[in-house]
Amino acid sequence: MEAKVAPQPAVQTPAPPVPETKAGTSPAEQHALKMKASNVNLWYGEKQALFDVDLEIFDRSVTALIGPSGCGKSTFLRCLDRMNDVIDGCRVSGDIRLDGQDIYDPHVDPVQLRARVGMVFQKPNPFPKSIFENVAYGPRIHGLCSTKAELEEVVVGSLTRAGLFEEVKDRLQEPGTGLSGGQQQRLCIARAISVNPEVLLMDEPCSALDPIATARIEDLMEELKEQLCIVIVTHSMQQAARVSQRTAFFHLGKLIEVDQTSTIFTNPKEQRTQDYITGRFG
Amino acid sequence: MMEQHEHIVRSYEEELALLNNTIARMGGLAEQVLGQAIEALERRDAELAGATIKQDEEIDELQRQIEAEAVVMIARRQPMAYDLRQIMAALRISIDLERIGDLGKNIAKRAVAVVMEQQPKQLMLGLKHMGELALGQLKDVLDAFIERDADRALKVWYKDEEIDAMYNSLFRELLTYMMEDPRNIGLCTHLLFGAKNIERIGDHATNIAETVYYLVHGTAIVDERPKGDTTSSTPVALKRSAV
Repeated sequence: MEAKVAPQPAVQTPAPPVPETKAGTSPAEQHALKMKASNVNLWYGEKQALFDVDLEIFDRSVTALIGPSGCGKSTFLRCLDRMNDVIDGCRVSGDIRLDGQDIYDPHVDPVQLRARVGMVFQKPNPFPKSIFENVAYGPRIHGLCSTKAELEEVVVGSLTRAGLFEEVKDRLQEPGTGLSGGQQQRLCIARAISVNPEVLLMDEPCSALDPIATARIEDLMEELKEQLCIVIVTHSMQQAARVSQRTAFFHLGKLIEVDQTSTIFTNPKEQRTQDYITGRFG
Repeated sequence: MMEQHEHIVRSYEEELALLNNTIARMGGLAEQVLGQAIEALERRDAELAGATIKQDEEIDELQRQIEAEAVVMIARRQPMAYDLRQIMAALRISIDLERIGDLGKNIAKRAVAVVMEQQPKQLMLGLKHMGELALGQLKDVLDAFIERDADRALKVWYKDEEIDAMYNSLFRELLTYMMEDPRNIGLCTHLLFGAKNIERIGDHATNIAETVYYLVHGTAIVDERPKGDTTSSTPVALKRSAV
């Protein structure tokens, strides 16, 4: 096994280029490093929410962040596209890089960053606009399309990639809020991918959806991960097990263990990981 | 191994305990069947052999029970990590124990078949010794399972070689008897199958040892197990000159 897990504080797997020789090698290990968080600490006012988090996130794969409520997984996710910037009293230290570039560098425009790192939230939150406008919004404000035909192409393409186009092609001008929950969530995914992000962050994207809608999103994630890097926060361990190649377990603001998903769910190294995923008192 | 804290959901804890207890019961029965089968063969006790044959049914029933419990637990609990390994281990061990029961039963049947035959002491002693060794292995590996003791399981795993060695020598011996006098062939064939069954029981004990190791460590034993049974490649014709 390549994952070396030290006790406290937070842990980190070694660099990826070491090729795994044994069977069942995670595809994640074969992909390039996309984002790298080093020594990330975060405070909400006086209260520290993240402690020395080191995490490597690989391209073209799904990384799942799991852990009990309040463990910092969503907070960490929001660090990856600087969504915490807008929260009063929130302070971040450490280093987070996207393709080697420090995303907290003063020269980085958070709006441009969020075009590269998209986000899908727990509750589907379509704009109170038409289905078409929901998806067209991003490409328009980022000036990605010069003609109307081009914009239409992007909207149809994004809806298709999000697996929604067939269901809504006859009512693109109807309000997005009129769709079912699962459809709304796929609309939000279409909106997020319309600007061609390189990383897609998903914060409990299925917790408000029924199992069928959940399965659609999971199927979609599998397809999207062929082109981009996905990080998902989920409370459902089964979901993490199903969709991700790597899983990171957070507890009390610390990253306890990160490894291939198959390893985390069959043979975790850390007691706290095992207690959490098997539902034991820790 | 990690500490095993209790589950938050108590019924989950109870189900796992039940699974473990059923395996323990099955193991106890398998030991009994094997022990009695060898005794019946040695003492030419048809009654004991008959009772032993019947006892195997109980093992089969427990195996079905464990399989059903495990399937329902996987569906309802969606077990992870150590829990998943416990359930997989119970399933695998129950299959090995069921086979051990069958092999024991088969020895008991042969005991009935050879009840009227005059048995050469030397041969019976060898067979009995081999049976005791297998029984010891079975006991040890079941204890290793109950105590989650991977080192003890590993010892069983290595020790199987001794059973294989005994089987090899019994094989040659029986062959010699058969060549000496064709009237020995009937008895010796039964004894040979009996010995082969014991050898297989040893193999199932090593399977269980592998399962226990996996249960505890989450990984397979990496070492190459020494394979001691060479009888399948022993040329029979060549032995004639030795007789």
